[in-house]
Amino acid sequence: MITCKEAVERLWDYLDRSLDRVEEAVLDAHLSACRHCCGELEFGRRIRAMLRGLDRMAELAPEVQARLEGFLSGLGEQP
Amino acid sequence: MTSHRSPDSEAFEQMVKPHLSYLYGLALRLSANATEAEDLVQEALLKAFRAFPGLRNRERPRLWLTRVITSCHYDRVRAGQPGRQTVSLDDETNFDLFDKIVDEDPFPYSDRVHLDFIELFDDARIVEVLRGLHPEYRAAVILAYVYGYTAREISEITASPQGTVLARLSRGRRQLERGLWDYAVEHRLIPRAEVRA
Repeated sequence: MITCKEAVERLWDYLDRSLDRVEEAVLDAHLSACRHCCGELEFGRRIRAMLRGLDRMAELAPEVQARLEGFLSGLGEQP
Repeated sequence: MTSHRSPDSEAFEQMVKPHLSYLYGLALRLSANATEAEDLVQEALLKAFRAFPGLRNRERPRLWLTRVITSCHYDRVRAGQPGRQTVSLDDETNFDLFDKIVDEDPFPYSDRVHLDFIELFDDARIVEVLRGLHPEYRAAVILAYVYGYTAREISEITASPQGTVLARLSRGRRQLERGLWDYAVEHRLIPRAEVRA
């Protein structure tokens, strides 16, 4: 058995699926009996979804895009 | 006057151009502001261009460019341009946002306090909070949780042992939780917490 503190420390790794089988099974057993840690797990999931949402393309303003493309085209240019 | 470009220059441009938006987006999250982000992209493009002739594996340009821009970010951090950090490094270790919300009960009439708390944050606010993290943790958190890179890939991107990456992620998560709470308090998003913060 693990304590809630130990369980909470592993929740994000659990969501990352980066725990080994034994650790995952131990955490599963804890979660099946602990409502508090299930709440923490769901909360962690929501925070991750919030961060993942930032993956949307950043608004690349046309003038910034033009400057960056100009910079890129100018690389290696020889008169 | 006409200008000439080497075949390498053209190949480089062709390879990099589709990733400009991605690079700018990543830079915007790593940096303190849009000006710094644009500078970071240009610095990374120059560095990548110089390294391009020696690049053997050109099959995963995005990962390679991510490595280059992250390296430029760390160079800046080492040179003393941390891109702003506001979350305390001392007390985040034992901070647990879930419990803090339960203890402080900022939405006393709600039966979904944790969701209510998360819904306070739009993209702009989250980016603000991320900018408050220690720059080493910030890069790890952004690469893992915004862009979905695995700890192994981040280890490759940042040229750091996987154990170091996992430690940065762990501390970064705690700082993020602390940062979300502090942001909500400082910006008076949770009225009751003003009294208890």
